[in-house]
Amino acid sequence: MSGSTVKIALAGNPNSGKTTTFNQLVGAREKIGNWHGTTVERKEGQLKYQGQSVKVVDLPGTYSLSAYSIDERIARDFLIKGKPDVVVTIIDASNLERNLYLVIQLLEMGQNVVLALNMMDVVRRHGIEIDIKELSGILNIPVVETVASRGQGLDTLKDAMIQASTKDNPEVRIDYGEREEDVKNLEEFFTRNDVRVGMSPRALAVKVLEGDAAVLKKLEERECHQDVLEKRDKAEKAVDGDLESFMIERRYAYINGLVKECSHHHLTIEERMTQSDRIDKILTNRFLGIPIFLSLMYVLFSLVFKIGQPMVDMIGHVFGFLGERAVGFILSQGGPQWMASLISDGIVAGVGSVLSFLPYILLLS
Amino acid sequence: MIPLHHVAVGVPVKIVEIDAGRDLQGQLKHMGFLKGACIKVIQNTKGPLIIAKGNLRLALGRGMSHKVFVEELQGRKVA
Repeated sequence: MSGSTVKIALAGNPNSGKTTTFNQLVGAREKIGNWHGTTVERKEGQLKYQGQSVKVVDLPGTYSLSAYSIDERIARDFLIKGKPDVVVTIIDASNLERNLYLVIQLLEMGQNVVLALNMMDVVRRHGIEIDIKELSGILNIPVVETVASRGQGLDTLKDAMIQASTKDNPEVRIDYGEREEDVKNLEEFFTRNDVRVGMSPRALAVKVLEGDAAVLKKLEERECHQDVLEKRDKAEKAVDGDLESFMIERRYAYINGLVKECSHHHLTIEERMTQSDRIDKILTNRFLGIPIFLSLMYVLFSLVFKIGQPMVDMIGHVFGFLGERAVGFILSQGGPQWMASLISDGIVAGVGSVLSFLPYILLLS
Repeated sequence: MIPLHHVAVGVPVKIVEIDAGRDLQGQLKHMGFLKGACIKVIQNTKGPLIIAKGNLRLALGRGMSHKVFVEELQGRKVA
């Protein structure tokens, strides 16, 4: 791998700190790249670590690989078609169950995953202990603790992703219980007929049984399409018509077991959650919400104008003074009256009045 | 079986039916809001509801909440 660039994708649930991590990783050398025809963007950046150049791609947040919106689709497409060397999944460790769902899906797809448990400070404050070694051992992937907002754990993360880029992709097999038979059956079928759409036969089997629209569409052109549908229908009948829910349930069951194994709560759920819920209750209250928002905005604006006013006054004085000096100078040099007026009333005063907004704008942003 | 927006705040309930289109169903499912899941309504005033499953909070539009049917759980705590 050394010599060539390692391609790293940052994936994870919305609001788990991907972009914070991204900014910390690539620092000031970040550049932004838009994706064609959509409003959502992925960002790309470069970094050098121990002589290895690394390209980092920051993806929009997504809850699962079954994309339901455009930004989720962008994340999914890049993960599947972009073939990153390593996928760093950044997860909000204070919300393990939900966040691990995407990780498990990625592992099932045979992605080379490094797990970054972000917001570990929040986790500790909530009295939760996460056994990193255990988690890493069970999933067979590197797990790193980070607090991206304070830049903690990022060197360990860099080490882990460089190391992972030279290793083979691990694959996690979820036991699909009563339908495991169907998964194996399809997997074998795909292997036998050499059907490939950029993922392992097992991953393909799981996606088909889950009814993944994008994958099923890809299979439409294949000869085996009819056989595949038949196999899927058979499995669907066996679970009373909702195979997708069944598969998701099995996945969550696996995650629940995993979380129980690897984390310990020192506080009860009630003790942990009340603070955030209490604040939510006030901020999202039907009557108080908007007044609170408006008063916060009022405070913000009055602060901006209070702090900005002296600077605006100063800019006014400076330009007033400059205008007068310009008139005096031009007239003393024998310049015509109109030129003095053009310079002082037009150019100097004009630039001055535009610049007087600058402090406000700078303070607001 | 009652629609979600008729549930009192803080009462643990179980999802029995989601009568919605493929996308909403799929999205809720992948976030763990499956049939049989135990959830709680955290807020139910005007506009969207806030519902909870474990640590996860989800804002659900009032219209969508009409499509989620639940039944009360007696004497069980939502994990």
